[in-house]
Amino acid sequence: MTVVLTPGKLGVGRVGDRALRSDGTPKVQGQFAFASDMIAPGMLWGHTVRSPHAHAEIVEIDISEAVAMPGVHAVLTHADVPGAKTYGLEFADQPVLAIDRVRYYGEAVALVAAEHPEQARRAAELVKVTYRELVPVTDMERALESAPLHAGKPTAGHGYREDDRPNVVRHVVIRHGDPDVEGDVTVTGTYELGIQDQAFLGPESGLAVPDGEGGIDIYAATQWLHVDRRQIAPCLNLPEQQVRLHLAGVGGAFGGREDLSMQIHAALLALHTNRPVKIVYNREESFFGHVHRHPARIWAEHRATREGRIVCVKMRILLDGGAYASSSTAVAANAASFAIGPYAVANALLEATAVYTNNPPCGAMRGFGAVQTCFAAEAQMDKLADLLGIDPIELRLLNAAAPGDVLPTGQRIEGSFPVAATIRAAAALEPPAPEPLPRDPLRLPGGAGNTTRGEGVKRGIGFAVGFKNIMFSEGFDDSTAARVQLFADGSAEVHCASAEVGQGVSDVILQVARTELGTDLVRLAPQTTATVGSGGSTSASRQTWMAASAVRDACRAAIERRDAGDAEVDVEIVYRHAETTPLDPETGQITGDRAHVAFSVCAMKVVAEVDVELGLTRIVWIGAAQDVGRAINPLAAEGQVQGGAAQGMGLAVMEEIQTRNGLITNASFTDYLIPTALDMPAMDVVLVEDPDPAGPFGAKGIGEPPTVTATAAVASALRAASGQPLTRVPVTPEALIGLSR
Amino acid sequence: MRINVRVNGVPSEADCWEGESLLFALREKLGFPGSKNACEQGECGSCSVLLDGVLVCACLVLAAQADGHDVTTIEGLGTEEELHPVQAAFVETGAVQCGFCTPGLVVAAADLLERVSDPSDDEIREALSGNLCRCTGYVKIFEAVRLAASRGAGA
Repeated sequence: MTVVLTPGKLGVGRVGDRALRSDGTPKVQGQFAFASDMIAPGMLWGHTVRSPHAHAEIVEIDISEAVAMPGVHAVLTHADVPGAKTYGLEFADQPVLAIDRVRYYGEAVALVAAEHPEQARRAAELVKVTYRELVPVTDMERALESAPLHAGKPTAGHGYREDDRPNVVRHVVIRHGDPDVEGDVTVTGTYELGIQDQAFLGPESGLAVPDGEGGIDIYAATQWLHVDRRQIAPCLNLPEQQVRLHLAGVGGAFGGREDLSMQIHAALLALHTNRPVKIVYNREESFFGHVHRHPARIWAEHRATREGRIVCVKMRILLDGGAYASSSTAVAANAASFAIGPYAVANALLEATAVYTNNPPCGAMRGFGAVQTCFAAEAQMDKLADLLGIDPIELRLLNAAAPGDVLPTGQRIEGSFPVAATIRAAAALEPPAPEPLPRDPLRLPGGAGNTTRGEGVKRGIGFAVGFKNIMFSEGFDDSTAARVQLFADGSAEVHCASAEVGQGVSDVILQVARTELGTDLVRLAPQTTATVGSGGSTSASRQTWMAASAVRDACRAAIERRDAGDAEVDVEIVYRHAETTPLDPETGQITGDRAHVAFSVCAMKVVAEVDVELGLTRIVWIGAAQDVGRAINPLAAEGQVQGGAAQGMGLAVMEEIQTRNGLITNASFTDYLIPTALDMPAMDVVLVEDPDPAGPFGAKGIGEPPTVTATAAVASALRAASGQPLTRVPVTPEALIGLSR
Repeated sequence: MRINVRVNGVPSEADCWEGESLLFALREKLGFPGSKNACEQGECGSCSVLLDGVLVCACLVLAAQADGHDVTTIEGLGTEEELHPVQAAFVETGAVQCGFCTPGLVVAAADLLERVSDPSDDEIREALSGNLCRCTGYVKIFEAVRLAASRGAGA
């Protein structure tokens, strides 16, 4: 039996419609080409030699045996990098290939290209690297007293607060009002979060093809084509025009593809051999191939009146950035900026420090600093509610910020910020009734392990609210280009390099263009650096706002030209959001009207069951309310909330990269667990529509807030069920039965 | 070594190194890249195919073991023009995001509905628990399987 998709459902959908994905059909047919599916005639396979040490000097690299292997066409080291030897998203502190020192386990040291991937792997094993092992710096507090891991200070001179302690990537201090103000009551807590992996299903992959004229075409899965090119070209010693980045199908991203992985490596091998070279990481290598979510230690103190008004929050946040800077500076700023949650609090002292260590490098992951502090801040809110005997939801409503209120950075909130409405919407969701016993073991903590008949299983309901900024902040020149071509037959083509990573920006672009142009005859051109300007990063929940705004403006400009008499129109515009300025390095206060452009809020109510004898859990239900401004595609928006909740829940109950002396010990899906179909609870999702006057059609981005809130909300439910403090995530069975934190 | 496999009903042959998995042979030698490689150790289900009608992870089967056998991949479900009801339901319910897990999940869901035409929610969850998805939180995938079942996909 086969069916034809309901006619008229594909290739249509305007702003506000539940439009079906334009790439849905090829994806369900197995016809969609992901980066790992790329092939080219004469293609070689690349493989990366990686450091087995977290910290070591490189004494010697001997490639002679490897290069003599059958089928091997090239073995390259740092000496073969023709241009800049280091690169980085914001600070060029990471070697393309390690030079004289390795700073983390799995750091790239050499490259091999061979006819067959197995030949490349075997040749890689024959690259003889002599190391002199150094003591790894693996504790983020001790890093501040250890010998510097980088010569000089790679992040100095960027206007950040001066800090003489070694290994500080950035130290952010936000001083708001009078942090010495006392309240009637005080709650304190220390919180900790493990390292989370993006665990996108499609490992890092790509294909580099020499163009025969010294330039290169790179087909890769990335979040930002143009900034990849900006980093790649100097290392290849090529002008940017000779480096073209094309988006190959992206198997999920979640922040992990914001930094480069195999792009420069494949290009080096391809230019060296003059053959197309493909690199595909396997799952283990993927754990070394991208940055992770910063693990954190957080010390929090909340002071409040007896009535529940929070008068002062003090929080100190330590973030382990691992071996290289990546986006740690911005993560630290976000952690501090959003530390107290979406509440109006007159006084605060918020301090975030990101440090270098020899642990796995950390950078962008969905939620970007806000996940860590939301976990701590919302635990504090529950604690405060408990101490004061106030309903936890009422306590949150009592302190909820609203437009006109001032954030700890001194920024007055403008536009859409429906904190109270979002809290109320989640609070109004009715959780499922407790299920009677006996039950199928699948519906009990322990699941198919059949560990209980229900005795010792306690049920708890938790709640949390979180928020974060959308789009880039602190003075970053943040833009998205869009180009629209109108043809004589009435059809249109839209070019926009905003990377589709699975989240559905392609359909947002198409829905906006169909709406603005008043036709369904709209195509989206392949996403590339070759035909249009930068789309900006697919991160910071920014593409719905940025791409939709850019495409809207480009369509309007195109219509204007057509109305002026041009038969065929081709216009490109660049959209910029409202200007932001940096935070004052000493006080953390805004230096202009704003450091952040807009915000999005998410609230969740969670039901969890805990077997308090065995410390096993079952997350039963999540009710989520997500502030969306206005949903451009409600179907896709729901999907973001559901998927985001799953990742936040994963951090709460199971996900952590384990390390021993800096060495990752669980780099596989056997040992690093992510939620399965049996782990994921039933969900109810409400989209709260409070249009933002500055957002396109009132829309705001929503990729991250569900993840920000879910970890905190799940932990809250587990505390309610177990009665344990649960100050560290992922929560362990030991903690659930009171044997550890 | 040379292997002969009937892929989606069509006899195919390929020269394989003895250590190659069925997944590698399908993707790189036989021209069926629809099955995905996401973990290579049978944990994620992205490479789910039917071997003589039995659901397997193609990464855990040696290409040589498939010699003389029937393999059904995602490319063998539905046709170019007409989708298998599970495929259609995935598109219609928004069960696809990045799509990397989708081929494996569609094959596993179609296999479930072949065996159990009207599965309960628990049966759906259990049947798909060997297929990891990182984007969707599975909620819309469950909706898709229920929709396909309601349309008689397993009939």
